[in-house]
Amino acid sequence: MYLSSSWFGKTIYDSFYNAIVPDKRYLAYIEGLKVTLLISFFAIILGILIGVIVAILKVTATNYKMKWLSKICNIYINVIRGTPLMVQLLIIYNLIFTSRNTNELLVGAVCFGINSGAYVAEIIRSGIESIDRGQMEAGRSLGLNYVTTMRLIILPQAVRNILPALGNEFITLIKETSVASVIAITDLTKAALYIGSRTWDILPPLIIVALFYLILVMGLSKLLSVFERRMAKSDRS
Amino acid sequence: MIEVKNLKKAFGDHLVLDGIDETIAKGEKVVVIGPSGSGKSTFLRCLNLLEEPSDGEIWFEGNKITDKVVNINQIRQKMGMVFQQFNLFPHLTVLENITLAPTKLGIMTKEEANEKAMELLAKIGLTEKASSYPGKLSGGQKQRIAIIRALAMNPAVMLFDEPTSALDPEMVGEVLELMTSLAEDGLTMVVVTHEMGFAKKVATRVLFMDEGKIVEQNTPVEFFDNPKHPRLQEFLSKVL
Repeated sequence: MYLSSSWFGKTIYDSFYNAIVPDKRYLAYIEGLKVTLLISFFAIILGILIGVIVAILKVTATNYKMKWLSKICNIYINVIRGTPLMVQLLIIYNLIFTSRNTNELLVGAVCFGINSGAYVAEIIRSGIESIDRGQMEAGRSLGLNYVTTMRLIILPQAVRNILPALGNEFITLIKETSVASVIAITDLTKAALYIGSRTWDILPPLIIVALFYLILVMGLSKLLSVFERRMAKSDRS
Repeated sequence: MIEVKNLKKAFGDHLVLDGIDETIAKGEKVVVIGPSGSGKSTFLRCLNLLEEPSDGEIWFEGNKITDKVVNINQIRQKMGMVFQQFNLFPHLTVLENITLAPTKLGIMTKEEANEKAMELLAKIGLTEKASSYPGKLSGGQKQRIAIIRALAMNPAVMLFDEPTSALDPEMVGEVLELMTSLAEDGLTMVVVTHEMGFAKKVATRVLFMDEGKIVEQNTPVEFFDNPKHPRLQEFLSKVL
């Protein structure tokens, strides 16, 4: 009994040692982490940009009865939400970026950004629509134009309401970047697969990158809850 | 100052305003009363185009504002509006609520706007609330701040859309008091209200609306003491 558990412990120690130290394998995780962070960061920025624009276009289209505009927005949202992310990634990679010296990282970031944008757009639209009509009327009645009222009065309140949902979307996005390996991006997950294929022991590197993702997501959650609390200051009485 | 010609407004098949002709002169305090659903709020909201008229013309200081080429944002700067639900901006402090429009529209510098806002707050005795958020104020305080928020733009006319209807009874007084003092200062006002006392005391002219039309109008004394139209007689007998 004593013998076997010590043998067990030593084996675990060895497999993790092998997954990290020899050939400076830890560097592969760091490189992978960098790629995952880069893709996530730019995808989030792009997603927010697209999301805000599409959401405002959609709300404006409804307000001013521009059917064609809301149709275009809906096509984008439906196509993106109705097809698997991995398929989108492969289509964009193979169809649009066919040249030989494609920057995979850029393709990844753009693709994840476009994907996230559809979800963010729906979240922001629900946020805008949760704000009382009177707020827009009050802004307009003071002589502010539509865009200024949207920017200074509606959006700040909308964002406060949707922060938890938006946080969820960002967390999902970070985790979904693990699909990026299908277009030859060496992100965290790909790094783990690569090391596993070298050591003939796939489990330890997978557990290691799982921890990386967990820490990333928990860090982001923490950041978001701090942000939420700061934005809620005007609600305190 | 405001001239309304054959104003009509329909929501779908429902005709809410059925041909209104009205002229409001500078310095007048016009009070609009009528049963709910008579179109009085819609009439008021058409004056600054918060509702787009289906037909007819509205002229303001010589501009035909129902014309598409007129910049409505500039017109609205001269027409303050006060809402039933106050519509203060909950994410901004009281001071920011008041100074937002004047500074963003480049009418005043930040300092001028702050000075003006503090002056107005002093007038209503709420200087100490300048850095509070609207969530911490009572209904009466909110509405009085909404009124001076509109006043900070130096409007030529103020439109009040049932300003006391959402207030607790004990807070109605403070809001009406402020409105009365504005009237005494000579501000042009159009007020939709159910406060008959206010109409009697402050109005220069009272309009009675029913089913999208102005059925009767008169000076307050004649209007309340000697109503002519049977619909008005019936209405007054119920509310007075």
